[in-house]
Amino acid sequence: MTDTLVVQNLRKRIGKKEIIKGLSFTLREGEVFGFLGPNGAGKTTTIRMLVGLIKPTAGRISICGYDLHRQFSQAIRHIGCIVENPELYPYLSGWENLEHFARMLPDLPKERLHEVVTLVGLQNRIHDRVRTYSLGMRQRLGIAQALLGHPKVLILDEPTNGLDPVGIREMREFIRFLAEKEKLSVLVSSHLLSEIQLMCDRVAIMSKGEIIRIDDVEQLLKEQARVYWKATPIERAKVILAEQTAVLGEKDGMIVTFYEANQLAAWNEKLVQAGIHVSEIQPKLPTLEDLFIELTGGETID
Amino acid sequence: MINLVYNEMLKIVRKKRLFIIAAIIAVLVGLFTYAQFKHVQEVQKRLGTNDWRTQLQQQIIDTQNRLNSSGISEEWRKFLQIRLQQQQYYLDHDINPSAPGAPTFMRMFVENSIELFVPLMVMVVVADLVSSEASGGTMKLLLTRPVKRWKILLSKYIAMVLSVSFIMLSLAVLSYLISGAVFGYGGWNLPLLTGFAVHGEELNTANVHMLPQWKYLLIELGLAWFVALVVGTLTFMLSVIMRSTAAVMGIMLAALISGAILSNMVSSWESAKYLFMVNLRLTDYISGTAPPIAGMTLGFSMAVLAVWGLAALIVSFFVFMTRDVY
Repeated sequence: MTDTLVVQNLRKRIGKKEIIKGLSFTLREGEVFGFLGPNGAGKTTTIRMLVGLIKPTAGRISICGYDLHRQFSQAIRHIGCIVENPELYPYLSGWENLEHFARMLPDLPKERLHEVVTLVGLQNRIHDRVRTYSLGMRQRLGIAQALLGHPKVLILDEPTNGLDPVGIREMREFIRFLAEKEKLSVLVSSHLLSEIQLMCDRVAIMSKGEIIRIDDVEQLLKEQARVYWKATPIERAKVILAEQTAVLGEKDGMIVTFYEANQLAAWNEKLVQAGIHVSEIQPKLPTLEDLFIELTGGETID
Repeated sequence: MINLVYNEMLKIVRKKRLFIIAAIIAVLVGLFTYAQFKHVQEVQKRLGTNDWRTQLQQQIIDTQNRLNSSGISEEWRKFLQIRLQQQQYYLDHDINPSAPGAPTFMRMFVENSIELFVPLMVMVVVADLVSSEASGGTMKLLLTRPVKRWKILLSKYIAMVLSVSFIMLSLAVLSYLISGAVFGYGGWNLPLLTGFAVHGEELNTANVHMLPQWKYLLIELGLAWFVALVVGTLTFMLSVIMRSTAAVMGIMLAALISGAILSNMVSSWESAKYLFMVNLRLTDYISGTAPPIAGMTLGFSMAVLAVWGLAALIVSFFVFMTRDVY
């Protein structure tokens, strides 16, 4: 897998206040990368630096090997983006909007416009004025616009903001499709944990201008996974389990231990051999919400 | 680059601004034509239809008498001779100097609209050229294309120049066509006097000469276009700096109106001549009206406007290229 976007030690200072404090991360081809953090963590500022809207105070951004600062045009060609809301010209039709942005790209064949319109499923309404579009349609037109120039990296800031549940699901599936089938790197920012959990491969957790953790979503979840045991007598069960693994505590009359998938059966056998009556074994995956609170030391989300 | 300019023109046209401006001009020209028509009728009623010839004849005799009298300066003599030629031309070609044709109406319209009307129309088109992209959020899309920022701003500037030119053109064409329907379309070769210069309290007539009306008109339209361009550039700068179109309009409006007021009262505040808004009446130098502040000449005013325009252009590009977009 090749790296499409490399960010090194990115900083932004406004006045005396440093709002982005040295971010480093890479995006790989064909993955969905999540940017998770509460409002004001610096997600949008970072994204604006990635697409050249804001000049970083320090640090390097390179896109497909091109330095964003020194080779702006070559670098930005490989990026498609929607920053915040999909704002397009309301007095032009969807098609005219696409033509407008196509004219700003060198040598774009006309067929590409039809392609992206079909891709986002806007064929029926593309010749209506954008003023008459619903938010979901604008979002789709925004994505069509972002995909025009065959980008390698797609950057979406809060892509499901304001969409209804059906729209959110469609968007999620569409983003997965782009990453898996079209081999794009997709960077998605969100303050909704459930969303990141559902569509991202890797996640960077941001707080107060810093990345506090980057990891595979699965890995993160697994690390924090727990097993709940319901057994009687509970005291003896605890002693036996403590011989095998660390007992983390008791909750609602159940013993909590770490989760190790291939060890569960063996542990259970030990309990049964000791004559303990095991009535429930419950593995529990934590939500990212728990995770976030644990990692940030209780900083609230939203 | 052509593609970029095409984009900008498309946006201006689709916002229907130019169409509205053409409509405003058409309505105003119609209004003024009617007013002028009433005025001419009134004059003719007072003098009788044929009286203007005898009157002109009388004026010519007067001028000749003055020429023959001794003790007038050489300069003054030259002026009177040119004056005589002009009057003779009117008589020979059967032109009533007080009954205008369409070109005369055009000339008057340009002279009276150069200070306020033309700048206002320009402002209406230019004020939201950049600020609307910022407030509408489309700026983010524009600046994330593989196009350098200065190219994007330059394309907008070129679109601004084209729109200003369109406004001037439609002003000329509409005023000609509409007023011509009432006053007739002739009068291109009417000779007019120009070259007056005011030095202190004295009118210097040394350089006075005759110019056919079409040339005269061309010069005035050119000057008006120049003024429109400078006002456009200033509005453009404000539009780059500010997100709010209303603020841009407010500031420009205040500046333009203050200019119109200042022109009438700044004769003793000499350094006010470096303000752009008291220098807008360029056509006054051609027709020979005294400037608001002593010592102002056509060259001076154009230089002042050019410096303001250039400074605005530099500021626009500097701000646009270095600014962080939030």
